[in-house]
Amino acid sequence: MYDRGIIIPGLLVFVLLVTFPIWYNRGDAGEVPQLEKPKDAKACVLPAKEMRSSHMQLLNEWRDEVLRTGDRAYFELEGKMYQKSLQNACMKCHTSKKKFCDKCHEYSSVTPYCWDCHLAPVEEDIN
Amino acid sequence: MDKKRREFLKIAGISTLAGLGAPAVVDRMVSGSFPLAAKAAQEVAHGEKANDQAATEGHGEKTVPTGKRYGMVIDVRKFIENPGMADACTNACHTVHNVPDFGEANKKDEIKWIWLTGYGNAFPDHSHYYKDEELEKNKVLVLCNHCDEPPCVRACPTKATFKNKDGIVAMDYHRCIGCRFCMAACPYGSRSFNWQDPRNGLDMNKLNREFPTRMRGVVEKCNFCADRIGKGEQPACADACGSSKAIVFGDLNDPNSEIRKVLKEKYTIQRKPALGTHPSVFYIV
Repeated sequence: MYDRGIIIPGLLVFVLLVTFPIWYNRGDAGEVPQLEKPKDAKACVLPAKEMRSSHMQLLNEWRDEVLRTGDRAYFELEGKMYQKSLQNACMKCHTSKKKFCDKCHEYSSVTPYCWDCHLAPVEEDIN
Repeated sequence: MDKKRREFLKIAGISTLAGLGAPAVVDRMVSGSFPLAAKAAQEVAHGEKANDQAATEGHGEKTVPTGKRYGMVIDVRKFIENPGMADACTNACHTVHNVPDFGEANKKDEIKWIWLTGYGNAFPDHSHYYKDEELEKNKVLVLCNHCDEPPCVRACPTKATFKNKDGIVAMDYHRCIGCRFCMAACPYGSRSFNWQDPRNGLDMNKLNREFPTRMRGVVEKCNFCADRIGKGEQPACADACGSSKAIVFGDLNDPNSEIRKVLKEKYTIQRKPALGTHPSVFYIV
């Protein structure tokens, strides 16, 4: 091979540069987001683990049931009746979008467009 | 050599025939050996599908007569008697549903769910040169007609707009891609496009926090207060008329409902009936 002395170190440098984020952050997933949980409610619609992994599917199901099927039936949780609604159910307990929703969404770098239309609870600017 | 070519052609010919014939044979075997029975079974399946569709989406299908079909009777004369009432209706609707107001300067961005228009614009079919003075001078309250045969629903490529089980032509803003086909299809101009973020035209401190706003790039329109009906309330505009009965709202499929009583007693007209959209909003003029 011609120019072996340049190509091989060059390739090595290239691979190192490309994999930089992997080996630089090795073993460190960053600080786990700390969520502020509702103080006066213990139970959520589903167990916490399921909510963590599939709250988005649940919201989509609610949307389709309420809007398309017309099934607006309320559900009961700890003796209180709730609508199937992000704005009028979820956010009644999780009163702060900034201290709850945004924490994980920022951490995992997802930008759901919920709040382009839906109204987040009024809260002071904490940033 | 000759013999080999002959053999090759024979094999190739037989393979071609087998290849062409096999799918037909397999089809026959899959669908059963009695073609008539298979056809009947297929028809049954089709019928069920069509029924399902009519019940759930009504995407161009006829309404199920057993279901609900909400409608409205607007008494134009009562609005003429009470000049401020129409504006009260519009305000009530637009406040409840967070409909933005961009002012007269940005007329092209205007979003309207319910509004006033001239008699000639509302009823071109019933309009002529020699109208009575009252109709000539006064305006008519118009909104989405929630047609029985909604052209907007047929035009929508994503099914973002659909007819729900109560006969309301509703919108799922999550699905709207802003193509505006529905706006072109609607003969009543009942749909508005969000050219800019609607929150620019809203007072963020005076929002109805129970109801969302919309976002830039979606089409919006009156939802016949599906959200309020779901809670057993009257539509906001009907509510705003108080006890005057200028707007009567109810189920057109229920022969004992108040709206059917009004329709039986009074002569009513619809907007552009010749188009065959079968509006659910009726007018007493």
